[in-house]
Parts: sequence; C-alpha cells; structure tokens
Amino acid sequence: MSIDLTIRPRLSALEAAWVIARRDFVAVLFSRAFLFFLLGPLFPVIVGGLAGAIGGEVQREAVSVEIGLAMSEADNAAMIEAGKRLTPQLGGALPSLREVPEAKGDPAFDARAFMEARRGNYAAILTGTLASPQLVGTEGQVRRWQGPVGLLAGHATSAEPTTFPEVASAVVTTSAAAERSSRIQTAQVAQMLLFLLTMLLAGMVLSNLVEEKANKIIEILAAAIPMDAVFMGKLFAMLAVSFVGIGVWGLAAYGFWTVGSDAITAASGFDIARLPAPAVGWPLFLALGVIYFAMAYLLLGALFLTIGAMANTVREVQTLSMPVTMMQLMVFFLAAYTIKQPGSGLELAAIVFPLSSPFAMLARAAMEPSLWTHALALAWQGLAVLALVKGGAVLFRKRVMKSGGAGRAPRNGGRRGWFARRTSGTAEPAE
Amino acid sequence: MAVSEQSLTGNRGDGFSAIPADARPLAIEARGLVKSFDGTRAVDGVDISVPEGAIYGILGPNGAGKTTTLRMLLGIIDPDEGVRRVFGHDRPHDIGRLIGYLPEERGLYPAMKCVEAIAFMGALRGLPLKEGRKRAVELLERHGLGYAADRQIRQLSKGMAQTVQLLGTLVHQPRLVVLDEPFSGLDAINQGKLELMIRALADEGVTVIFSTHVIHHAERLCEGVAIIAGGKVPYAGSVEAARDRIPAQVRLETRAREGAWLAALPRDTRRNGDFFQFPLPETGVEPLLRQLIEGEAGILSLSIERAGLHDAFVAIAGEAAARQLEADAAEGRA
Repeated sequence: MSIDLTIRPRLSALEAAWVIARRDFVAVLFSRAFLFFLLGPLFPVIVGGLAGAIGGEVQREAVSVEIGLAMSEADNAAMIEAGKRLTPQLGGALPSLREVPEAKGDPAFDARAFMEARRGNYAAILTGTLASPQLVGTEGQVRRWQGPVGLLAGHATSAEPTTFPEVASAVVTTSAAAERSSRIQTAQVAQMLLFLLTMLLAGMVLSNLVEEKANKIIEILAAAIPMDAVFMGKLFAMLAVSFVGIGVWGLAAYGFWTVGSDAITAASGFDIARLPAPAVGWPLFLALGVIYFAMAYLLLGALFLTIGAMANTVREVQTLSMPVTMMQLMVFFLAAYTIKQPGSGLELAAIVFPLSSPFAMLARAAMEPSLWTHALALAWQGLAVLALVKGGAVLFRKRVMKSGGAGRAPRNGGRRGWFARRTSGTAEPAE
Repeated sequence: MAVSEQSLTGNRGDGFSAIPADARPLAIEARGLVKSFDGTRAVDGVDISVPEGAIYGILGPNGAGKTTTLRMLLGIIDPDEGVRRVFGHDRPHDIGRLIGYLPEERGLYPAMKCVEAIAFMGALRGLPLKEGRKRAVELLERHGLGYAADRQIRQLSKGMAQTVQLLGTLVHQPRLVVLDEPFSGLDAINQGKLELMIRALADEGVTVIFSTHVIHHAERLCEGVAIIAGGKVPYAGSVEAARDRIPAQVRLETRAREGAWLAALPRDTRRNGDFFQFPLPETGVEPLLRQLIEGEAGILSLSIERAGLHDAFVAIAGEAAARQLEADAAEGRA
C-alpha cells in the first residue's frame, strides 16, 4: 500500500494563516478582556463628554460662536445691544458679538486679509453698516451666520423692525501659502490620531503568543503549519480586532459629535468642520488613513510579536512594554518632526524607514496631491511587513524552539516559504 | 553507531502489516540526526526507519532524546545535522494533512468548547471547519464524551482533556500518528483504551509511532522499536529481534542440593533461592537433562523462558539506563 497524496497534502501559507487568524479573532472578540479594552478609552471620553455637555450648555446660553464686529463704533454698540436684547429669547441661535480691537479707529481695516492671515478667533467678521452689513468669513461660517446677523442688524436699527437688511457676504479664499500652512494642521491631527490608535492597539500583539506558550499549544501549531503562517495569522487577527475597536470608538465618537458637536467644540476649542481639506481630498485621505493604519499596525505588530514571542510570562511582556512604548514615541516624533520639512532628507528618511513610513506618508497625503508616492510607499511597507514576519518566525524557531539548520535539501530552485510552489503531487518514493 | 534493521514482520492479523516490513515503503526515515542544546548533544546521530502501517516505539528513559527526535521528525525543529524524510518528504509541513501529532505537554485553549477544539486541530491540518465539527461530534460520541461536546476545555478533567486532544490529533484521519508519551498521566483503564485505539489505527493501515518509558507498552503494541539512551540509538529494529539478542533463560528446581551433577550446569549459572538459573545452552537442554538424571539431581521442575524486552533493554542500553527507565515508569505510575 502506498500513501495517496492526490488529496492536497498541506494548507498553503495563507490558508494556514487564515485558520490561526479566524481562531484568534473570535477568541479575542468574545473575551471579557476585549470588552474592557473597548470600554477603556470610552470612559475618559464619556466623562469628558458629560463635563463638556454641562459646560457647553452653560456656554451655549452665554456665548456660542464669536462674530467680530468691524463697523463704526456706534453700529458695533447697537449690534451688541441688539444681541443682548434677543439672546434671552433666541439663546444659542445667535452668535456672540465682540468688537475687533484691531479694527477700532482704523478705517482701512481689511477684514478679508485679517481672516486669511488667520488672526483672531472669529467665526466671521461683520463690516459695512447696519443698513448694508457684510459678513467676511469662510463659506460655511458665512452661510451659517448670515440670517442671525441680518436679524440682529434689523433689531440694531430699530426696536421693532419691519424690514431686515440683506447681509452681503465676502468669502475668504486662502492663498497657496496659507493653504499649505493650514494643511499642516490636518497632517498633524491625522498623524496624532494614527499614533494614538497604533499605540493603543498594537500593544495587544505583545502578549499574543504568551497564551500559546503557557497552554503548550505552540507545539501543536508548530507541528502543523509553518511558524511564519502562525505569526501572520496572529497579526491579521489582531488587525481585524483593532478595526473592530476603531469601528466601535468611531461610532461612539460620531454619536457624541452628533449629539453635542457645539459643546465639544466649545469645550475643546477644536472644530473638525474647520479642519482644512487635505491635498488628496477627504475621501482618498480617509482611505489612505485606513491603509496606513493597517500598515503601521502590521509593521509595529510584527516587531512586537517577535519581541513578545521571546517572553514566557505576562510579567516579562509587561517589562518589555516600556522600551517598546519608547520606540513607538521615537518613531512618531521622527515623522512629526518632518511635517514642516517636506522634500528634505529627513522626510525621505522618515518615509524610507519602515516603522515611521506610514506616519510620514499620511502627513504627505494631507500636504501633497500626488498619488504615485503612496503606491510606492505601500509596496515598500508591505515588503517590510513580510520581511519582519519572516524574520520574526525564523528568530522564534531559532531562539525559542531552538531549531537547527539541517534536515532538508533546498527545493524548487531555492524558493521557499511564501514564494514556494504548493506541493501538489505524489510523494517521492522512499528509499 | 550500530543500527540493525531487521525485518519488521507484522505481528497483527491485518493485511497490510502482514507484509514483511522490509517490503513496505517507509513512513519515516531518519539518518544521522544530531541536535545540540547549549552545547549539549541531546540527540547524537539517530537513525530510524519506520515502515508504513507499523506501530513503532521509541523507548528510553526521560531525557534520553525521545521528544527531541520526534520534534525533528515532525519538522517542529530542524536538526543540526542529518536528514529525515516523512513519506519521502524532507519537509514534514508539506504533508501536514497526513500527520497527526500529540505532544508530550498537552495543550488546548481553555476557553474553547470540545467540539471547536477538535475541529480547530483538524483545520490546522486542512480539514474544513464544518466537516471537523461534524467529525468531532461523532468521535466524542464514539468515545463516550458526547455529553461534553459543548463544554469548555477548562471544565474537563485531565483525562477527558487528554482524550479530546487525542481525538483532535485523529480528526483529519492522518496516515501517520505521532504520540509523545501518550500513556503518561492516564489511569490503567484509559491506558487500556488508548492501546485499543492504537491497535485500531494500525489495523486501518495508519502508521503509529510513539515514545514511552514504559517497556510493557512497547512490548505489547510495537512491532518495531528504537531503544534510545543518552541521545544515541544503540538498537532499532523489530521487538522480536531485540528479544532474540538475549538467549532464553533456563529455570531449574531440584530436590538434591549438592552432588556431582552440579558440575554439569553451565558456568554462568546463578542460584536464586531454590532455583538455578542459566542461559539456554547452545546445545539445548537434552544433554544437560541426561546428566542431571544420571547424577540423581531429582528434577522437580524445568522451564525455558524467552527473554523479554526488558532484558533486551538491559543488554542493549545498559543497567544504568534500565534503572532510570524503571524509576521513570514508577514515577509515572505514582
């Protein structure tokens, strides 16, 4: 009798990785620890949200958003007076009004230039006269406050107005220089978000192999499938888990934003609606954000998995956490530092160094419209992930499993592992 | 290292193993396997040949290199030197679908249900999860654990968990089953059940290789055995041939205690209470019997006992290894 090898005698590396990933994903997702992990970051958000909501409510009643007044002194006073009269009835529907000190006594005050230079902290600036007011600001702000400002101007003209003046608008258009400078903001926010998410989520990978080692399951896995498939499976499972985490947090954040965006803006001083559009446009930027997060996670995760695989206990993992966190910080600082130095050697270094590459490239997506660099960077990062996983698996076999280097001859012209042909046919005849 | 490769003639009644071992293709073949850990040679030039369909034992005391040898055969670790082939492949992972492995240190995910654990182990070997679950339920039912199918591993007794892991090793219907110390930790009843399972597998033509430090298991089950001590394999071949290395022992009881007939006994006769014990002379017992009768020794009883695997182990691996083996077995029983 000879062994029939016409059935597929092994799983491909990807299939093997899928078996591991599926088990890990389900196990982590339905563990109590993951629920606590998910809720962890939500606690400060909830507390902050509640505090912000209470503060914001008070704030909304007192002041909402500030419109700068740059009319004549008498008109300014009349507008403020009208605001005071109407606020008890209309509350948050009206903007807060404040004289622009820089415009006081300056007949040549240029509101548009003032806004474009991003001076002051006004949603818009009101110029002209009570009879023909003009609102200067970004398109969104002008559209938002045109009506209330007309109402206030009417009440500033007469105690019981029968007509309301038409509010002219002057939309601020930013210059190329101002655009670049404003996009830095988007780049910084995106980098920070990417960093926080990888920091929060990639740490999970550190302790990933400890369970297998503690439960002696690693022996079964190592006997059945190649170690790099185990590594890859675990990595992708944790990536999928992290997407679930991001999804939950994203939904929670969206919920909070929907319910209390004014309060959050008032409390934090950060208005996401005012974030400058990235150079590649929002849809592509968001897509690239997801891809670069995956790459940053896989790169860092592969490294953590290797480091964590050397640990035998949770305590050892905890000891390893500190240098790992420090390394994450350094990578982030490198990428963050290069935002304001586009095209410099340092930026290139941050792009080439695999661990900082996703951070640097996401910032680039905010600042530069070209896309081919992203394709190149993603290919490079993908290669780095494969190399790290392969290296980690080899290190694990050598250091932890204490594997040697003999026992078999090269095959398939030297191609091995992920690039090797799947074994298909019958076994070679035994000698 | 001397390696004998006597014919492993099947000792069971099934068709396949009845074919002489040297006429069967090899399931496992290892040549000159060497493995060192921190400068110490754990395995030192091991050669093993296991024909398809055989039950093969790797017999040796703890620390002799059994587990390391099995791990190298399975490709969990690569040797420092030497080659191994499983069904003709030098990369065991390439034919993972055909292999089932029960490691010495049992391991299962504690939060997994029994059915899922078995199906997962099958999935690692290429069995679709759905089919794995179906087979898992059947296997659990067949082995009296159907009621525990949906229990988590952490809720099982040690013996039950071991059975579940063994079923996970078999769920994908492998052609080669490698069991590392499968009997350790099992009570006598479960050891008996396991022996039956191993025999049943072999009857289906599955090659079973297991390591043990209990001679009786190897003697009862195996047609081939590798004796390993200190990382070396001084003997690999059939159990019968190992036993044949030691001459049969003659046990003689006489009424007379003294007399001229004593001179007729072989030189290496030992007195053991009321008995005399000596190796069976090459000429047989008939000439000796004549001399004893003529000398009026008064023969009360005479028996010829074939040497057991234990005697063979002592002769092949030495007294020290045999003592350690016995100590390990006693510790296992305790």
